[in-house]
Amino acid sequence: MYSKTYKLFVSLPPILWVALFLLVPYALMFAHSLWSVQNGNIVHHWNLQNYSELLKNPIYLEVLFRTMRIAAGVTLLSLFLGYPLAYYLSFHAGPRKELLYQLVIVPLWVSYLVRGYAWKTILGSDGVLNGFLQYLHITREPVGFLLYSPFAVVLMLTHIYTPFVFLPIYASLEHIPRALVEASHDLGAGQRTTFFRVILPLSMPGLLAGATFAFVLSLGDFLAPLLVGGPSGTMIANIVQSLFGAAYDWPLGAAISVCILCFTIGLLFLAEILEKRWSFE
Amino acid sequence: MTSASTSPASSLLAVNSVSKRFGEKEVLKTLSLDILSGEFLTLLGESGSGKTTLLRLVAGFEQPTSGEIWMSGARLDTLPPYRRRVNTVFQHYALFPHLNVRENVAYGLRANGAPKSEIASRVADTLMMVRMEEFADAKPMRLSGGQQQRVALARALINRPELLLLDEPLSALDANLRKEMQRELKSLQREVGITFLFVTHDQEEAMALSDRIALLRDGALEQVATPREIYAHPATAYCAQFIGQTNLLRGSISSGIADMGSLTFSCTGPSGPAVFSLRPESILLAANAPQISGPVRFRGAIRRQIYTGASELLEVQSNLGLLLRVRVPACGPLSGEHEFVFSASDAICVKESL
Repeated sequence: MYSKTYKLFVSLPPILWVALFLLVPYALMFAHSLWSVQNGNIVHHWNLQNYSELLKNPIYLEVLFRTMRIAAGVTLLSLFLGYPLAYYLSFHAGPRKELLYQLVIVPLWVSYLVRGYAWKTILGSDGVLNGFLQYLHITREPVGFLLYSPFAVVLMLTHIYTPFVFLPIYASLEHIPRALVEASHDLGAGQRTTFFRVILPLSMPGLLAGATFAFVLSLGDFLAPLLVGGPSGTMIANIVQSLFGAAYDWPLGAAISVCILCFTIGLLFLAEILEKRWSFE
Repeated sequence: MTSASTSPASSLLAVNSVSKRFGEKEVLKTLSLDILSGEFLTLLGESGSGKTTLLRLVAGFEQPTSGEIWMSGARLDTLPPYRRRVNTVFQHYALFPHLNVRENVAYGLRANGAPKSEIASRVADTLMMVRMEEFADAKPMRLSGGQQQRVALARALINRPELLLLDEPLSALDANLRKEMQRELKSLQREVGITFLFVTHDQEEAMALSDRIALLRDGALEQVATPREIYAHPATAYCAQFIGQTNLLRGSISSGIADMGSLTFSCTGPSGPAVFSLRPESILLAANAPQISGPVRFRGAIRRQIYTGASELLEVQSNLGLLLRVRVPACGPLSGEHEFVFSASDAICVKESL
């Protein structure tokens, strides 16, 4: 048995960490969301005005829904890219497996900003993609909608988060005993049936974890819209940022943050339940 | 009921000069084997002998490097696993963890597009056959090893394969359950009349279950014979040692007399160096031995005595240097020097190697 002092000693760091860096900031944020601004000063006058402002002003809801659409798009796209990649690596890559795995991981070491600017130079009106399209005489003028659009944001975020989707899916595929695949073939099921009846259900926990990563990380992203989004690609995090910055309306910014936080916690909770339902060990 | 003894038994599976390499390593060396319709044939061998590889070639999980496999007169090795009328019971059962017992057993019928009504009744029948009907809704993880074993059998048998492959299916069970499952497996095989190709490293299991045993060593067949034949007339020194216990006597034969150093006896083999296998139970204590033909006598001191219930295993140092194992009926502690006797006809001349 461990002594009381020992137990206290080892549990103190995590308790302090959670209190200082999570509980206190969240409590402050929540408190701010119930305060208001008068004459450029935050006044500690408790009310629900910020929340009703959120529902009344259509701009916030519009950006919120756009953010969710973008996050959903990124999630779907990175699943469509990440799942086949993970499937190929886990089942068919043979001796190339290690190399390909490293190739998927390497971009994660490159700074997020560098990758963002790379997309700017690819999608811009005198960028690589437009130059190429004109060289092929597919377009005469530079195409404008490539950069500064929700499309560009989805593209960039998909590029950034696909490895995050790939990794848990790959791990769950690697975890499937190969004897199960053989058993399925042995019982008369071809590749297709085996995939849909055995491999896909058994990789669901990884798929859910990957989807949650992509959705939650995209939901809170503010650099991609800043770099390649333009006005039509603004996301909720940009609104929060401007409210805390130039607009100096911390209470409203905090109210939005609280809403996003509650939504995210709900989502993680749901993902957890689904993952439990789909795990078999 | 078909059995290997009804003649002429027809061949179900023919393995013709099959070899298999993994890179540099030759796991099977130009191996040929016929499996008769309705028989229980066991591939017996140590780990690394190639028995599981041979099974996987028949199932279709591996391709032979050279050679052919035929089943019921048609080429088998060119078909994908899902087109073969062969089903497998896997070593660790490989039950689908996300499906319950009923869905696991129904998997083969569903994959082959059987009508719903047929699936329900056949699954019920098969579960009844392995006495698992009351666990139909349980997930495999909730079942004991023996129960998982039965589900794996039911799942493999529901497609009514021509040949059932069993890859060390009992190795994960504890000793008592194993004996019980051996009995069940044997009676199940008689009941369904399907040919069983069974892989094990346990010679006792092989002896208890098989119509014939194919003993593998380093990717080649050492001997293929019935358990009685392989025990009474082992082809090689390796067979004699692997199946049961034996004493190997090395020496030479000249003009009908075997000279094993300290022991000499008459035999029929050709002159030259020779190896004889003499089973421990063939050697008797001369004091309580009945009249036997061609008796060979020697004196020896008892070095060690191991009591095994019905019998005693003695390690006897013969007065001319040989160390022999002798099995006698349980008789209480023995010590000192005794006279032993065996019949010259019980010393079986075996090949040193193939």
